[in-house]
Amino acid sequence: MCLAIPAKVISVEGASALVTIEDVEYKASLLLLTDVQPGDYIMLHAGFAIEKVDAAEAEETLRLLNELNQFTLD
Amino acid sequence: MKYIDEYRKKDLILSLAEKLRKVSKREIVLMEVCGGHTMAIHRFGLTSLLPPTIRLISGPGCPVCVSSQQFIDTAMAYSKIPGVIITTYGDLIRVPGSSTSLEKERANGSDVRIVYSVLESLEIAREHPDKRVVFLGIGFETTAPLTAAAILQAQKEQIPNFFVLSAHKIMPPVMKALVAEGVKIDGFIAPGHVSAITGTAIYNDLVTVCGLGVVISGFEPVDMMQSVLMLTEQIESGQPAVEVQYQRVVQKDGNLIAQKILEEVFEFRDDTWRGLGMIPKSGLGIRESLSAFDAERQFTVEVPASTEPKGCICGQILRGLKTPVECPLFAKKCTPSDPVGACMVSGEGTCATYFKYRS
Ligand code: SF4
Repeated sequence: MCLAIPAKVISVEGASALVTIEDVEYKASLLLLTDVQPGDYIMLHAGFAIEKVDAAEAEETLRLLNELNQFTLD
Repeated sequence: MKYIDEYRKKDLILSLAEKLRKVSKREIVLMEVCGGHTMAIHRFGLTSLLPPTIRLISGPGCPVCVSSQQFIDTAMAYSKIPGVIITTYGDLIRVPGSSTSLEKERANGSDVRIVYSVLESLEIAREHPDKRVVFLGIGFETTAPLTAAAILQAQKEQIPNFFVLSAHKIMPPVMKALVAEGVKIDGFIAPGHVSAITGTAIYNDLVTVCGLGVVISGFEPVDMMQSVLMLTEQIESGQPAVEVQYQRVVQKDGNLIAQKILEEVFEFRDDTWRGLGMIPKSGLGIRESLSAFDAERQFTVEVPASTEPKGCICGQILRGLKTPVECPLFAKKCTPSDPVGACMVSGEGTCATYFKYRS
């Protein structure tokens, strides 16, 4: 139930955003998260955006994991 | 799907498993607190990739499972009041109460509606000014701010017929209670989305007082394996700490807006957890200033003393002391289509997860 899924922000209107998950559109309340722009990814939880997905951190985690992968394969 | 598929890559999972085999020397028990983590572990068969030294146990992080029988029975009593509409997240309606379930009450004519969001519940209240709409608030720090935001919205719009029965709970007290009780745990895989709201400081005591490691984890298989590795490294090196694996979502300070709203609407109170009993200051009650929206203060009902389902060992499972297969009713008298206990109802309940992925 604490599940939240990454959704892409398409547009923002007032305290609500239109987001998509695999091309399906949802409304996300922005009552708990401000400063959201189209193109951002947010975590959608029961109709609310609860946090942004930090693109730079996501890449960094993957970079480190891929490095480890290279290393264990060698 | 972006931010999901990358974290399901088999080669990354396998390389983490390999590293783990090299690092792990001591026999350790790690508790995944969150039901979402239990689901991911079994869905992706991660236990089979772990070295024999590492055992994972499930914790009390499934909101439906830990909701007390008293709460379910109270909701049932409300549902019998004429003119009341009960709104709730899906799984809850199937939890067997002392005598019946909300689903059965609905079949008997009560107005019980499943909502995906508390905002729908608010919408139902707007549409039916002649009815009283009660939202059953369950969930931890992830979900409680949503309920809080809805209550503030109701106050702002002056919606007089929206009420919340709060069973919202917070995680740190129950984690500490399990350690104090003597459950063998060497480290916690901490809930990612709870932490996205709260930030990382709520776990500091577990490190400084209990000497245990805490890694805040995402929910994909790569996340889980990496978190197990990080915890194992902490334990092997004797340096427990609060670390964040789920860097892409969890900020150190959490979501400040959500924290503020939470504080504005709720206060800590002693609360009863299914199978675990009363844990001091582990629940969230609605503040007196918002009592107009508090179902407990606005409705008077007689709730007979609650009884737990006979033979169900949910309590021991929620404490990580037993696994579902040790319950004599598991997969026999108790199945997801005819559940005896709450742990078999919710999709993220430990019993339901074991049932779904049993081989
Ligand atoms: S299998 Fe059913 S009866 Fe047994 S502990 Fe789980 S929920 Fe309770």
